[in-house]
Amino acid sequence: MSLTAGIDLGSSFTKVVIADGAGEILGMARRPTGFHFAAAAQKALDEAMADAGVERGDIGYIASTGFGRYTAEIHDLAITELTCHAFATHRWLPEVRTVLDAGAQTVKALRMDEVGRVVAFRLNDKCAAGAGAFLQKTVKYLGYHETDIAPLSAAAVNPVTVSSVCTVFAESEIINHLADDQSVENVCAGAVIALTGRAAQLVKRVKAEPPFALTGGLSSVDLLRDRLGELLGSPFATPPDELGAYAGAYGASLLAHQRLQKRTELSPVPA
Amino acid sequence: MLVAGVDVGSTQTKAVIMDRDQEILGHGLCPTGARLDEAGQTAFTLALDEAGVTESDIDYVVGTGYGRFRITFGDVQVTEISCHARGAVHLFPNTHSVLDIGGQDTKAIKVGADGQVIDFNMNDKCAAGTGRFLGAASEALEVPLGELGPLALGSKNPVKMTTTCTVFAESEILGWLAKGRRVEDVVLGVHVAIASRSVTLLRRVGVEPEVTFTGGVTRNSAMVELVSEQVGERVNTSEESHYCGAIGAAIFAWDRVLAGHPSERRTSV
Repeated sequence: MSLTAGIDLGSSFTKVVIADGAGEILGMARRPTGFHFAAAAQKALDEAMADAGVERGDIGYIASTGFGRYTAEIHDLAITELTCHAFATHRWLPEVRTVLDAGAQTVKALRMDEVGRVVAFRLNDKCAAGAGAFLQKTVKYLGYHETDIAPLSAAAVNPVTVSSVCTVFAESEIINHLADDQSVENVCAGAVIALTGRAAQLVKRVKAEPPFALTGGLSSVDLLRDRLGELLGSPFATPPDELGAYAGAYGASLLAHQRLQKRTELSPVPA
Repeated sequence: MLVAGVDVGSTQTKAVIMDRDQEILGHGLCPTGARLDEAGQTAFTLALDEAGVTESDIDYVVGTGYGRFRITFGDVQVTEISCHARGAVHLFPNTHSVLDIGGQDTKAIKVGADGQVIDFNMNDKCAAGTGRFLGAASEALEVPLGELGPLALGSKNPVKMTTTCTVFAESEILGWLAKGRRVEDVVLGVHVAIASRSVTLLRRVGVEPEVTFTGGVTRNSAMVELVSEQVGERVNTSEESHYCGAIGAAIFAWDRVLAGHPSERRTSV
């Protein structure tokens, strides 16, 4: 009963992390969220338990986060993803003061204090132009998959300028670029750079203080990370072992441990 | 003497052939696609065929729409705002406000007695509240575009769409279905969202009766109902409303002909 699970029900993917009392990750899972949130949460939890080689009885506390956090029937506690991303980043990179969590439907910038508490935040969730959905759509128009965003954009020689704000309007622009014989790599990188500009604005609005970190599903896109650093004048770190996409779930599992400890202190196990 | 108006829109290209009495003799309609110049020629040819005339019978051609500069056979280009205003007043002479909902943009225009533009407002940054929002719903629900309107009219209990963004709306639509809502209710919710967004645009230039509704979305009966409801009075539409931009362009062509502008067009044979 000493383990905890963090479930992050994102708009695109559901992530689960199972951790022990020391914050060591024992198992992980990631699967598309789809439209049946509770089922996605349960399946991802089952996969993470299999990955860790543990059973439901070994898990003493489950915290959920992400936009579908209230729909996971199995959770003991629901926590906002801002708190979770701040907490996880603080554990991995204690010096970091500003985090950009770049997800599919929401991009969030947060500033935190020296113990990992959120002090200020801004988010974009009204328009796909400033979120990962812009890149998901772009690679779809290009005939590729979202896992290709990072390698394609990294291979660009001369990125195009994508001037349309609206993701829908950008489709015509992308078709025109391809008709002008621009490479898929240059178009993909152009889209990443357009998104970077919008994300940097969000970071500026929280009165960002370095060191910076990038988390969320898009933290694996090196071009995004590098360009953000250039635009904001200080490099962006990413979580170790490419765990950026799991930051929310990991933060939730750490916060679940705090709750579990409190519960154990209040009702000590009889000797 | 005959003239033509060709409207190369973001989604569809429309053309009309008009005689000296400003009667429409022929219509042409085709998808715009990626080759704007070809679409213009295709719609023009279809309109010529319907009118039973040939290209050499046409004295003047005015192009409009976002692809107007790509029309290789036109004499002159006029903005679609001016053409819709002019076309709407031609179709309904008491028009003072025009709402044009097209494939990728929505325009609200305040017009004077002769169809001159007094003020206008348009969405040029974002696809929300345009025909494209219906296109997204059509794809997400796998219902053909033409069936959405009748389907919406079968609902009395629309869902409340909360997303503005067309991209996010696709997910929201599927989310409503996953929650067990009827397709009709979701479709009506989508229509209500577009109507309310476009009428908000119209209010920004001022709603002054009569209101004429133009553009491809006028073919959707539910949208006509909802826009009328939100405007607070019956909006004008007709079979010709879809061609309003091309009609306005043809009237501008007559202006030029009557003012003695010679055609600079090279007729392709």
